[in-house]
Amino acid sequence: MITDKTEKKVDKTHISESIFRKILYLSGVFMLFLLFAIFLTLLIRSLPAIRSFGLSFLYGSKWDPVLSEFGSLPFIIGTLITSFIALIISIPFSFSISIFLGEYFREGILSSVLKSVTELLAGIPSVIYGFCSIFILVPAVRALEMKIGVTPLGVGIFTASIVLSIMIIPYSASLGREVIQLVPSELKEAAYSLGATRYEVIKEVILPYARSGIFAGVLLSLGRALGETMAVTMVIGNKNAIPKDIFSPSNTMASVIANEFMEASPGSIHLSSLVGVGLLLFVITTIVNIIGRYIIKRLSVEV
Amino acid sequence: MKDQSNIRFRITKDIIFKGFIVLFSVLSGIPLIVILYFIIKNGISAINWEFITSLPKPVGEPGGGVLNAIIGTIILIVISSIISVPIGIFAGIYLAENKQGKVPYFVRLCVEVLQGVPSIVIGIIVYAWVVMPLKSPSALSGGIALGIMMLPVIIRSTEETIRLIPNSLREASLALGVPYFRTILKVILPAGISGISTGILLSVARIAGETAPLLFTAFGSNFMNWNILKPIASLPLVIFNYATSPYEEWITLAWGTSFVLVVLVLGLNLLAKIVARKWKVQF
Amino acid sequence: MESPVLRIENFYAYFGDNCVLKNVNLSIPKNKATAIMGPSGCGKTTLIRCINRMHELTLGATVSGKIYLLDEDIYATNPIIVRRKIGMVFQRPNPFPTMSIYDNVIAGYKLNGIKIAKNELEKIVEESLRKAALWDEVKDFLHRKGSFLSGGQQQRLCLARALAMRPEIILLDEPTSALDPKSTASIEELITELVDYVTIIIVTHNTAQAARISDFTAFMYLGELIEFGPTEKMFTVPKDKRTEEYLGGKFG
Repeated sequence: MITDKTEKKVDKTHISESIFRKILYLSGVFMLFLLFAIFLTLLIRSLPAIRSFGLSFLYGSKWDPVLSEFGSLPFIIGTLITSFIALIISIPFSFSISIFLGEYFREGILSSVLKSVTELLAGIPSVIYGFCSIFILVPAVRALEMKIGVTPLGVGIFTASIVLSIMIIPYSASLGREVIQLVPSELKEAAYSLGATRYEVIKEVILPYARSGIFAGVLLSLGRALGETMAVTMVIGNKNAIPKDIFSPSNTMASVIANEFMEASPGSIHLSSLVGVGLLLFVITTIVNIIGRYIIKRLSVEV
Repeated sequence: MKDQSNIRFRITKDIIFKGFIVLFSVLSGIPLIVILYFIIKNGISAINWEFITSLPKPVGEPGGGVLNAIIGTIILIVISSIISVPIGIFAGIYLAENKQGKVPYFVRLCVEVLQGVPSIVIGIIVYAWVVMPLKSPSALSGGIALGIMMLPVIIRSTEETIRLIPNSLREASLALGVPYFRTILKVILPAGISGISTGILLSVARIAGETAPLLFTAFGSNFMNWNILKPIASLPLVIFNYATSPYEEWITLAWGTSFVLVVLVLGLNLLAKIVARKWKVQF
Repeated sequence: MESPVLRIENFYAYFGDNCVLKNVNLSIPKNKATAIMGPSGCGKTTLIRCINRMHELTLGATVSGKIYLLDEDIYATNPIIVRRKIGMVFQRPNPFPTMSIYDNVIAGYKLNGIKIAKNELEKIVEESLRKAALWDEVKDFLHRKGSFLSGGQQQRLCLARALAMRPEIILLDEPTSALDPKSTASIEELITELVDYVTIIIVTHNTAQAARISDFTAFMYLGELIEFGPTEKMFTVPKDKRTEEYLGGKFG
C-alpha cells in the first residue's frame, strides 16, 4: 500500500539518487586526476634537471652526485639490457607453459599443479626473490665467473637478468595460455582431419592465430621487467656506469632511484635528476603497457 | 617407402616437441621449489616465540624479533584499504554502469596505465605529496602509496563482477519501484560480493609484499610505532634491510621474516580463492 | 466498459529514431485478465514496459502520448511511485539470489526502506504466498534462500513479490515461456483466480494461452494495435483480416 507518507519519502530519494550518481562520477574522474597528477608531479620536480642538462640528460654517460653531473644513459642501457636478456631467457619457459596449459593439458591434475606453480611464482614478493638470489644465485654466478676467468663479483647484469627472467615468466605464460585456449576447435579439427600431427597443428594453426596475443603477453612481461626494482637492486651491483660486458655490475633506472633517493638532499639537482629518471621510467613503461593492452583489446574484439 | 619415413620423421618431431614443452614447463617450477625450500628451511629455524613477540635488538645483541614489522604491515594494510576500497568500488561501479562514453573510456585507460606504473615511481610521487609537506616519512604516506597501487585491481575486479550480474536482477528491483542507487547498493553489490571481495584480497596480497613504494614513505623503523605520522616498520622493509646487511643475526632474522611474509601473501591468495568459491552467488 | 483501470491514449514509443509503437489507443478493464498477443517484434513487450515506465530506462528510449492509471497521468508522476502501483513479472524468473524467500516476498518494502510492523509483514508474506499458490510448499522454509526452488516455483515467488506491494495492475511478460507444461498450467490457473484482487495484463505469443486465461485480448502487429475485444468474440469472429490470419497460424 502506498500512502502519502511514502510519496514524501520518494521526493527525498531524488536527492539521494543524484548524490549517488555524483559520487560514482567523481570516483571515476578521480582516477583521471590521479594519473594526471602523477605525471605532472614527475614533470615539475624533474624540471630543474631537465633545464640544467637538456637532452644530455638522456645520452650523458656520467652520473656523478659529487660533481653534480647527471646523465642517465647508464641506467637506460642497464634497464634495457637486463629487461631484454630476461625476456629472451623467459620466453621459452613461458611459451612452454602457455602451450602446456593451453593445448596439451587443459584440465586435470597436471594442469592444476602447473597453474598453481605459475600463480605462486607471480605471488612471491620481489624482495624475497632478491634475498634468495643473494644467497643462492650470486654464489653460483660467482663460481661460474671464476671458472671462465671474469672478476668473481657474483652480482651484475647477468645475475639480475636471470632473477628478472624468472619473475616475468608468469605474466606472458598466463596471457599466452588464454589466447591459445581461444583458438576455435573447428580450425584445429580441420587440420587434424588432414592428417597433421599435434606439433604441426600447433605450429601451423594455433600459433599463427594466437600470434598477436602471445606478442601482447611478451610486451606485458617486458613492461613488468622494466619497472622491477627490489630484486634487481639487490643483485645488480649498484654501479653508476655503462656496463662493459654481461657480467659487469650496473644499475637500472629503478634501482638507482631505490639506492640514491634517500641520500639526495631535498631540492638538490641530484634529487631532481632522480625524479627525471623516474619520469623516464614512467613514460617508457606506460608506452609498452598501452601497446600491449591495445593489442589485447583488438584481439577480444576480433575473437 | 619415402612416405613412410617422412611420416616417421614428422611423428618424431611431434614427440620431441612435446618433450621440450613438458621439460621447460617442469623446469619453470624449479625456482619456486628452490625458493620455498630455502625459506622454509632457514625461516622455520629462525622463528620462535621471541621472534614474533619482541622488537629488534641493537646490532651485536642476539635475539630480537619483528613484532613491530608485523604490526606495521597490518597497519599499512588497514590504511591503504581504507583509502582504496571505497573509491575503488565506486569507480568500478561507475565503469560497469557506463559502458560507453568518452569519460568512462579515459577512466578505463587511466586505470590500466596506473596498473603498469612501477611501484618505485609511486613512491616518488607520494614522497612529493605527503612526506615533503609533513617533513617526515610516515605510516600514512606508506599507506597512501600502497592504496594507490591497490586501486586498479579493485576497480577492475569490481567492474568485471558487476558486468557479470544479469540485467534481470536489476530490472526485478527497478520494477518494484526501488530507486537506482538502492538497487545498486542493496541488490547488485550483495550479489557481487564474491568477486569484489576476491579483488580486494588479491590487491592486499599484492601490496603486502611491496617494498619499493615504502622505501621513501614508510621508511621503516626499529621501534614499535602507533603514530601514523611517524615512520613505521614493515615486513618487506625488514627483509630488505637485514638481507643486505653484513650481520649474521640479522640475516637469520631476514629468513624468518621472509617465511612470515610468504605465509601471509600465499595465505591471502588462498583466501581469495576460497572466498571466490564459497561466496559465489547462483543466478 | 465501466471505468477502465488503465487508459492508453495516442501513445507512441521510440528507440532513438526508430518508432516501435504507433498511435496505440487502449483501455484496460479493471479486475479482468487482458492478454496482449502478436508475432515477435510487434511491440507488445515494449507496450507493457511503457506502462510501468521501464521502457525509458534504456538509453535513447522515448515516448509520447498519455497513459492514465485511474485518471492519474503516469508520465507526470514520479516513475518510482508508478512502479510501486504496477507490478511486473518477467519472462525468466528472477528472485533475488542473496535473499531468503521471506525477504524476497517483502523485497519491495525492504529495499525501499518502507517501515512496517513485523506482524504486518508476516501477514503480507503469508497472504501473498497464498495468492501465488506457493504458501504450502515453502511455509517451512521461509528463511532459506530460494535457489532450491524449481523454475515454476521461482516464478510464483516473483508473482508473490509483485502481489505483496498490493498493486493495481500486474504486468506479466510471457511468464510461462521459460517453464515446463506443468508449471505453466499452475500459473495459468493462478491468473484466473488473481483477477479478483488485481488487474492482470499478460503478454504472450501463445494464442492458445491467451484463449485459455484471458477475458479480453488485444492483438498487435508491427507496433500498432490492430484489434481489441472480449476474448471469446475475438477468437471466434475476429473483425480484422490480420487478426484472423494470425489466429489461423498464417504468420507469427
